[in-house]
Amino acid sequence: MRKLDDRGGPAQPLLIVNGLRKHFPLKRPMLDAGPRPVVRAVDEVSFSLPKGGTLGVVGESGCGKSTTARLLMHLVEPDAGDVIFDGEAVGRHDGLSVRQMRRQMQMVFQDSYASLNPRLTILETIAFGPVAHGTPLRQARAAAADLLARVGLDPVQFQRRYPHELSGGQRQRVNIARALALGPRLLILDEAVSALDKSVEAQVLNLLAELKEQFDLTYLFISHDLNVVHYISDEVMVMYLGKVVEIGPVETIYGDARHPYTRALLASRPSMDPDRRTNEAPIQGDPPNPIDPPSGCRFRTRCAFAEAVCAGAEPRLATGAAEGHLVACHMNDPASGHGRARLAA
Amino acid sequence: MAALLSIRDLQVRFVGRERTVHAVNGVSFDLAPGEVLGILGESGSGKSVTLRAILGLLPPRRTRYAGSIAFEGQELLGLPGRAFSRLRGKSIAMIFQEPATSFDPVYTIGRQITETIVRHEGVGEAAAQARAKELLELVRIPSAAERLKAYPHEMSGGMRQRAMIALALACRPKLLLADEPTTALDATVQIQVLLLLAQLQKDLGLGVIFVTHDVGVAVEVSSRVAVMYAGRVVETGPLADVVRRPVHPYTQGLLASTVHGSMRGRRLDAIPGAPPSLAAAPVGCSFAPRCRHAHAACDATPPEHRFGEGRMARCVLATERAAA
Repeated sequence: MRKLDDRGGPAQPLLIVNGLRKHFPLKRPMLDAGPRPVVRAVDEVSFSLPKGGTLGVVGESGCGKSTTARLLMHLVEPDAGDVIFDGEAVGRHDGLSVRQMRRQMQMVFQDSYASLNPRLTILETIAFGPVAHGTPLRQARAAAADLLARVGLDPVQFQRRYPHELSGGQRQRVNIARALALGPRLLILDEAVSALDKSVEAQVLNLLAELKEQFDLTYLFISHDLNVVHYISDEVMVMYLGKVVEIGPVETIYGDARHPYTRALLASRPSMDPDRRTNEAPIQGDPPNPIDPPSGCRFRTRCAFAEAVCAGAEPRLATGAAEGHLVACHMNDPASGHGRARLAA
Repeated sequence: MAALLSIRDLQVRFVGRERTVHAVNGVSFDLAPGEVLGILGESGSGKSVTLRAILGLLPPRRTRYAGSIAFEGQELLGLPGRAFSRLRGKSIAMIFQEPATSFDPVYTIGRQITETIVRHEGVGEAAAQARAKELLELVRIPSAAERLKAYPHEMSGGMRQRAMIALALACRPKLLLADEPTTALDATVQIQVLLLLAQLQKDLGLGVIFVTHDVGVAVEVSSRVAVMYAGRVVETGPLADVVRRPVHPYTQGLLASTVHGSMRGRRLDAIPGAPPSLAAAPVGCSFAPRCRHAHAACDATPPEHRFGEGRMARCVLATERAAA
């Protein structure tokens, strides 16, 4: 489908997210009169994504990175928060409807098999969205064949095949073509290369770089693989138990991280150098259960620098090493009363 | 030193009504006591099948073996079931990728560990329980006595993997087989479990075969690596040597396509194409269709070129490359 116009101009961020929140209520345990337990999956998440940029989102299981993606696509309805796409509020009567938004924002999932309909040929799969949005069938199929070629699959050879006849890497190429069929401007890639073998992952990463140029795309790249995020992102957002703990330019995050969690996460990467193996684990224990997260700073239970103030007050995102670098840690705030606050400032 | 485990020309085929899969096509290696061998490979390379073949864990009716697997001089292929059961969990133990499915959900962790000890060591219930508690302390599970009463679902992923290591070590094995044991864990937990395994290996003098697809993980734990492709070992040697000076084009491609930050802005040097179907036994070099150096000589099965200190590469170009 035809690509939609750039409405807001180059300076307008393509996506602004403000105070996004989703709490999933759980069943009350038997014989328990207390309040209903709640999973605070995403809590007050805010960020903005400039046009043509790639924002990498990292964090461990339960940090809310995938829920954030699903909230943006309205696959799950948010409890609160504003999403502004190219200057227009999503889901407001005076803004962009969810249906209009989905033409502009598309998603690629981790499981390449589960996200394709096993009964449709891959050409039908790719043409499905445009037809649903009103493109004549013949035209949609021609465009789908063209897209197949663009993602590196020969249309003559592949268009009549079914998903089970393809390898994982080929299926993920089909998923990318399907996501591009509506001519979106933003692609959400949720662990899109994580299930692929390394040699195939490299091919798909190269493809994503090419497509970004060709189609003038903006990426939200969610991954648990810190090396891949370092490679692909312009900016990086680090999440922990539903909160953004640090966000900033990729070189600042990887070179001058200020949040103890970001530092621990980066130091946990296995070494690629046989002479410099890891001697000590940067932090102990597992991430806590997102049901009833710790009070104040959610990372304090695993943080080597935790003090009383960390349990009492929740740290706010504030400017860190440079403009555009935000850190939510009391050590970054000279006025917080944390013993090490001045060291970081 | 006599090898703890010696595998010679191992072949494993899965025979089905519609098709046969040639999963392992002539694997040979030795493991010395106390040595850690990392087997590096992508899905379908035969790395997990090789590991499971050692313990006889493949579906018996569909699996056809050839070659030899000798543990302390005893041939394991064709060993009767009862003799194998005495070995499994006693002299040879295994840990898996998904600890949640490796434990029985209806028994406590403590019950499952003591059961193993009672069965293999012939000690009483009380002694076994004391040993189980020691084991949980050994793998650094906090408040071990309490944790013995926990069911698998009550533990976090990292704790369950520690408990599985405790179970594997229950009968003081000499050989530990690890099948991607940290792949399902979060980054900050993965490094803790890797370091724990490395420490226990050293303290107990275990021989370990560690299967992984992650070069970084192999670097953290192995002393020697074997790189597998399409059911064959294509390259092997001391870890640092292979990582710094890979000789086989597949090893080179695998290392080049492992992404890290310093490659930012550059196009990745990806290996084109995909691994071969294993429906037929390979003729010639399996990697040749994806190899930029392939030529006529690759139609014949490449010999094992041995060079340097304990290095081997299955590539017709290995001699000149090793010299370069």
